[in-house]
Amino acid sequence: MMYILGFLIAVLLVVVFVQIGKINEIVARLRGQEVADRDGDEISAKLMVVFMVLFLVGSTASAIFYKDSMLGYGPLELATPHALAIQGLINTTIFFTGIVFIVTHIALFLFAYKYRRKEGRVAKFIDDNHTLEIIWTAIPAVVMAILVTMGLYVWNNTMADVGEEEKPIAFVSTDMSEEDIKEGVGDNTYLEIEATGMQFAWILRHPGPDGLIGEKNYKMIDAENQLGQDFSDAKNIDDIILDELVLPVGQKVRVRITSRDVLHNFAIPHFFVKMDAVPGMPTYFVFTPTITTEQYRENLSSHPDWQVPADATDPDSKMRWEEFNYELACAELCGRSHYSMRKIVKVVSREEYNQWLKDNMDKSYYLNNIRGTEDDQFIEYGKLTIEEKIEEYAKEKEAAEKTEEASDTSSDEETGDADTSSTDEGEDASSTTNTGDVIDEVIEDVNNAIEGSGVTEGTGTEVPVDTINR
Amino acid sequence: MADNKGLLVDEQEFADYLDDGFHDHHHGDKYQTNFITHYIFSQDHKMIAKQFLITGIFWGIMGGLMSLVFRLQLGFPEADMAWLKPILGKWITLTDTGVGSLDPQFYYALVTMHGTVLVFFVLTAGLSGTFSNLLIPLQLGARDMASPLLNMMSYWFFFLSGMIMFFSLFLNTGPFSGGWTAYPPLSALPQASSGSAGGMTMWTLSLVFFVVSVLLGGINYITTVLNLRTKGMSLWRMPLTIWAFFVTAILGLLSFPVLVSGLLLVLCDRGLGTSFYLNEIYVGGQALEQVGGSPILYQHLFWFLGHPEVYIIILPAMGLVSEVMSVNARKPIFGYKAMVYSIMAIGFLSFIVWAHHMFMSGVNPFISNIFVIFTLIIAVPSAVKVFNWITTLYEGNIRFTPGMMFAIGFVSLFISGGLTGIFLGNSSIDVPMHDTYFVVAHFHIVMGVAAFFGMFAGVYHWFPKMYGRFMNDTLGKLHFWGTMAGAYLVFWPMHYIGMAGVPRRYYSFTTFDFSAPFVGTNQFITIAAIITFGFQIIFIVNFFYSIFKGRKVTEKNPYKATTLEWTTPINAGHGNWPGHLPAVHRWAYDYGKDGRDFIPQIEPVTEAEKERDLARVH
Repeated sequence: MMYILGFLIAVLLVVVFVQIGKINEIVARLRGQEVADRDGDEISAKLMVVFMVLFLVGSTASAIFYKDSMLGYGPLELATPHALAIQGLINTTIFFTGIVFIVTHIALFLFAYKYRRKEGRVAKFIDDNHTLEIIWTAIPAVVMAILVTMGLYVWNNTMADVGEEEKPIAFVSTDMSEEDIKEGVGDNTYLEIEATGMQFAWILRHPGPDGLIGEKNYKMIDAENQLGQDFSDAKNIDDIILDELVLPVGQKVRVRITSRDVLHNFAIPHFFVKMDAVPGMPTYFVFTPTITTEQYRENLSSHPDWQVPADATDPDSKMRWEEFNYELACAELCGRSHYSMRKIVKVVSREEYNQWLKDNMDKSYYLNNIRGTEDDQFIEYGKLTIEEKIEEYAKEKEAAEKTEEASDTSSDEETGDADTSSTDEGEDASSTTNTGDVIDEVIEDVNNAIEGSGVTEGTGTEVPVDTINR
Repeated sequence: MADNKGLLVDEQEFADYLDDGFHDHHHGDKYQTNFITHYIFSQDHKMIAKQFLITGIFWGIMGGLMSLVFRLQLGFPEADMAWLKPILGKWITLTDTGVGSLDPQFYYALVTMHGTVLVFFVLTAGLSGTFSNLLIPLQLGARDMASPLLNMMSYWFFFLSGMIMFFSLFLNTGPFSGGWTAYPPLSALPQASSGSAGGMTMWTLSLVFFVVSVLLGGINYITTVLNLRTKGMSLWRMPLTIWAFFVTAILGLLSFPVLVSGLLLVLCDRGLGTSFYLNEIYVGGQALEQVGGSPILYQHLFWFLGHPEVYIIILPAMGLVSEVMSVNARKPIFGYKAMVYSIMAIGFLSFIVWAHHMFMSGVNPFISNIFVIFTLIIAVPSAVKVFNWITTLYEGNIRFTPGMMFAIGFVSLFISGGLTGIFLGNSSIDVPMHDTYFVVAHFHIVMGVAAFFGMFAGVYHWFPKMYGRFMNDTLGKLHFWGTMAGAYLVFWPMHYIGMAGVPRRYYSFTTFDFSAPFVGTNQFITIAAIITFGFQIIFIVNFFYSIFKGRKVTEKNPYKATTLEWTTPINAGHGNWPGHLPAVHRWAYDYGKDGRDFIPQIEPVTEAEKERDLARVH
């Protein structure tokens, strides 16, 4: 009923407008087209000025109104150093474009008003002016040169991959100074996380205590093994599938971004992180979160907008600021539930993170689902410990390589850790010295934990993997 | 006749040239003999222009309505949409309590169709198709296009393409829903999205026919501009409209075929099991055999068309605005040559900036450096054009016809939307802005609404040439103010949504905490969009009403314009000029010269003028 009424009103309005238009046309004919046109022009010209004022005031007022909702202009701080650099560039661009916006709009509408048709006015024949043309070609060119130079500087810093000298780690050092954390000054280590997009969820993989992400093969994907982790690769033993991303503050993070079906985009707005996930072609984004979720909430707590109940219908619910979370989203259309690929990103203190990893490292998919089953290529149930199997595996691989190439020099590791022999990725080799003993320790821990709790046949706690969101 | 005075008195030697024997077969006019050849399979460029325009209006209404439906869902997700069930059927899903909402699949289908229809059918065919056809022969002094037959086919291929797209709306699996850019693998895999089944096949087919239409039209425009200019119409005497259409046609000719090859490879991946774009995919519970392809390749091919395409849309609008502005300011367009060179520069640069759509797509970040530089260079010719338009108003004697008002509005929109392009073209700023509402705001203002404004300026201004009647002024002005204010109210707030990092193409704003605060803004935008659409209804009513009942044009040259289209009879028949073709003696912008309001292009240059012009040059 409402809609029919609305429709009728709309039709009526159109009819009214048409009648007004017709009447005006008749009146104009009676008064003489010339006179009527001139009066009309007078009104139009004045409206142009009115519009200009409303538009310039409106655009400024709306910017102030929305200031606190935008990232980096109100309580919503930017939580990575590269985001701050980008924001500097945005501000510079706003400065230049703002001037142009205001000046050109004033000129456009004021000229329109000032030079409206008037009895007896004759337009001036001005067809060209070389000096003016050169000036307004040169000025934009100079401004663009400034913006390009600044932009490319920021861009190449933002997109820089981790360097040769930087090592992948899992447990982070806890002696980093407050200053360094705040500034995002790294300690030549990085934490590599893998994010795989699927319809319609992100599968997040932590490398586990060894800091290295295991190989995967899309043909091995099934309902259980969502990523297609290849369990003949020792790096996979400790890889943990996460249901929320936990990151240590002040730590350089390299996200390896992949997709198992269509294009997705790994986007964390508060970090200014965004990169497409492309099937078959891993991409990356390197960033350093510098504000913990806890700190961020605290900063928000002083702002009135955030001192309201998070659930508007329930006055007893937690405050908005208490519920704040960094969020991971998808920013490339990927199908019907594109809008719902949400994962929470938690940034915690470095100590908390280490503890979290310790608490969670026995949740690896391998330890809970593969170990001891017939798919287990590292341990035949009851015969070998993990260490022994890894050693054996490493030796096999080393032997295989030697037959191919005699020039391999990395043979002096006392543990013969599987990673040494892995040639899949150059970065792996450099990590061994750093992580070798950690791995030993961890694997021992894990073994004890598993044997102690009597979990022997892959019946341990199931890895919580958020599956298709439908 | 006064018009022909110059010809008869001054330039007798033109006579042989201009007498193209047109009147000899006047009675055997094969183009206009019966209803079918006159109104349907017409080969007359003026009729074809009208066909393009009215088909464009049809698709404009369709595209606008689609956006209203998805805007309703976005702005009022809680509202009951069950009343749309009679039209949308199963795409309205009912909850247990009987509250209907739009199915996400169809939401994305509408978003996709809205984009495709408006970009290709309305702003390419409806804009450049209409005005290139109408104005190229009329402003150049030609009887018709170089090939009227190809011209007719160009329209009918467009019609066919539209029909296929239209029918795809009714498919059981729904129309294509992977965005107007149709990125594979989503567009290549029916398992990944039901819209990628039959909907995508029809979408592809439709676009291939559309490209045929563009190519037939384009080749015709180029040939006509190069070969059929009347005596005296040198390239540097052409109005800016023609320059714009000319460069547009070249852009189309060079870029559209690349789209076809890109789409052909998608079809191969879909039907023949090739893997141009597919690599290591697990979808629908199955690992696909195809390996080795790259989805990025498609993006390169697509944007090699896609970027020139936005200039194919905006250049004709610029040309129309330049002409309308000059006529109504009663002044020459400021810096004519600079305007032409900037059209050429923009056209050229548009081919080497395509990867600025792909900064975040996983291409090597190094390559982005080059594309940033070229992209921001485009700001220079664009700025020159803006400054020249503004200076054209300076010291003028401005008539505020609806056409002129839309031209002024165009400049405002082009400034607002162009400036945000400086943000997005800088790859670092694209990190936070890419695929957010900031982008939506940017391109809607700069190439969506602005191009519409150019089109409206053209329609209001040349309506008397098309139908021999004026559109209603009052309604036109009402339409202008409603659209101008409405467009900004719809798209301006989107900048802020984007600067909060909210991605575009989100069916719901409540899944994420960071987007939830914009629920109110979304309602505001939806209401503004509905009202703005309401103002378009006024235009449509005005348009069709005025065809039959508008104020009649009583003089040949109602705007006192210099260009040739105003030397034809009010309702020009086939061949445009009875008798001889007009000869041209001067450029198109002699307004306010020597104390005269205007001097038509057909008026010979006097000796005094010649001497003065020479003196000015030296």
